[in-house]
Amino acid sequence: MAKKTALIQGNEACAHAAIYAGCTFFAGYPITPSSEIAEVLSKELPKIGGKFIQMEDEIAAMAAIIGASLCGHKVMDASSGPGMSLKQELIGYACIAEIPCVIVNVMRGGPSTGMPTGPSQSDVMQARWGTHGDHATIAVAPASCQEIFSETVRAFNLAETYRMPVQILMDEIVAHMREKIVFPEPGELEILNRQLPAVSPADYKPFDTSFGDVPPLAAMGSNYRYHVTGLNKAPDGFPTTTAELVDAEERRQLRKVEANASAIEKNEEYLVDDAEIIILAFGITSRSARFAVDNLRKEGVRAGLFRPITLWPFPEKRVAGLAGQVKAIIVPEMNLGQLIHEVERVVKGSCKLAGLGRVDGEPITPYQIIDKVKEVL
Amino acid sequence: MAFDYEKYIRPGKLPHIWCPGCGHGIVMKGLIRAIDKCGLSKNRTAIISGIGCASRLPGYVDFNTVHTAHGRAAAFATGMKMADPGLTVLCVGGDGDGVAIGGNHFIHACRRNIDITYIIMNNHIYGMTGGQFSPCTPTDGFASTTPYGNPDPVFDIAKLAIGAGATFVARTTAYHANQIDKMIVEGIQHKGFSVIEILDCCPTSYGRRNKFRSVVEMMKQHKELAVPVTAAAKMTPEDLQGKIITGILHQEEKPEYCEQYARLIDKVQAQTAGKG
Repeated sequence: MAKKTALIQGNEACAHAAIYAGCTFFAGYPITPSSEIAEVLSKELPKIGGKFIQMEDEIAAMAAIIGASLCGHKVMDASSGPGMSLKQELIGYACIAEIPCVIVNVMRGGPSTGMPTGPSQSDVMQARWGTHGDHATIAVAPASCQEIFSETVRAFNLAETYRMPVQILMDEIVAHMREKIVFPEPGELEILNRQLPAVSPADYKPFDTSFGDVPPLAAMGSNYRYHVTGLNKAPDGFPTTTAELVDAEERRQLRKVEANASAIEKNEEYLVDDAEIIILAFGITSRSARFAVDNLRKEGVRAGLFRPITLWPFPEKRVAGLAGQVKAIIVPEMNLGQLIHEVERVVKGSCKLAGLGRVDGEPITPYQIIDKVKEVL
Repeated sequence: MAFDYEKYIRPGKLPHIWCPGCGHGIVMKGLIRAIDKCGLSKNRTAIISGIGCASRLPGYVDFNTVHTAHGRAAAFATGMKMADPGLTVLCVGGDGDGVAIGGNHFIHACRRNIDITYIIMNNHIYGMTGGQFSPCTPTDGFASTTPYGNPDPVFDIAKLAIGAGATFVARTTAYHANQIDKMIVEGIQHKGFSVIEILDCCPTSYGRRNKFRSVVEMMKQHKELAVPVTAAAKMTPEDLQGKIITGILHQEEKPEYCEQYARLIDKVQAQTAGKG
């Protein structure tokens, strides 16, 4: 039987993928350009017995998904710049309390209200450092409707595997673009669930590291009673100011991502093996970059594309490796220079580096990239 | 036989952080007695709080407990109750937490009439941060940020809750210890969003700045100002000026949020099945 296909929008693909991944709870607050995700889930979740709730504000939506996740649900929230600014408080809570959740940020221009209907890629650093304090971050950045589906499923898997918030960074173009997608059959994409405790309720500690850096998480309301707090906590979940306990917990929460970076990282490479210049781009910009690479190749310029699909953790080893074999890296992004700082940090001057920013609400065109490449070479 | 509080207290978690004379301990004991009277299962009860002195309560009691972020208890609790409607969900917290930073979540939880019991310990002050004025500090009262007296008007939490749609609203004080568990029992047993405001004493941050020589004086004031709601019905507005009306102030039956959503799911699934 032929697989089910559809011509759908990126936001719609994201919502359907959430259900495929096992999401049974969505809380949100209306905001352009993410609203279709909430609209689709308000329609689809009740069909499978799942819950949709529109909360009173962006912070409340985060609070509701964290609460539902604690009760054992796979959960999602979707927003955009101004909403993401509000959510930072409880993204931090989900980090320290280690609660799996998926947050979609359909990026629009900013700061503040910015350009609600204009595309942007200007929340790269907010995704990494938006909430206060040291914390690990996982963020993925799909570039097509089909990939929005698969990356949404992967975002749920990562959230459940590493017991933490995972952000899906989409720009307004991929979110509102319509493309044909092929729906995967049930079982075709891997679905991962959080690790549940294997010990008795009496022996359960919510941050028990004897099982590794990602402690099993029991559902509240099951037979496991425990305490959760946003304060620095000991393995038993209760607050502590004991220096060595705080230090160990903080370091473990970073380590669980750092030590698994190669498993979390995902990149696409196009014609990089013999490349003299690499265009490093993500999201919709990578599609302009790919077009630019093809055209440059026709002109005899050995150009290649490196596309991080996982933005955070940043693929530093691979980018450092590529920097050693090329003359230059160009970083086009729909902001005034964010991801380029991360590239600069890992390239350490081993090749030329140039940025190409655009913040006027229009996408970066292939010809802008081609001109930039010629200017740099 | 004396009531066995130990059964509900987490071993090794006391002493609590509350100052001598603070009423939060009286409320915690009342809450424990109420839970016991309702025969709630520890595994199927969740107590959610925000940030502040009162919000430290969940750490001491042996239930599913979540100490959330400042003001967010009602929003976390809404997610938990929606996720698991069979779970008994209670919120505890202070006045600043509940109706200043958490005010929006509070009124919308009232509006939804979700089956959560919210216990607000109103001690008229931000105690944990050193005694700044809250929306419940009396006008002209003194706090660390109202050195010349409080210019702000006061929130009436019970009126706010009733106006926002809560279907059970009660008020008592930390002096009326025996009424605390009675009100909480009624709140838990009521289907819908229940608010129990408990006027509380903060001798450290509020009392000493407002000419109370001791916590006894603060509690005596609560005793003297309290008027049971039945007696208040026979009094004139002038007579009730400055009084604290105690008891069940409001109770009505309205559709509960999780039940409404369950009906929505049933309807959608019946329609979907019909389309076959």
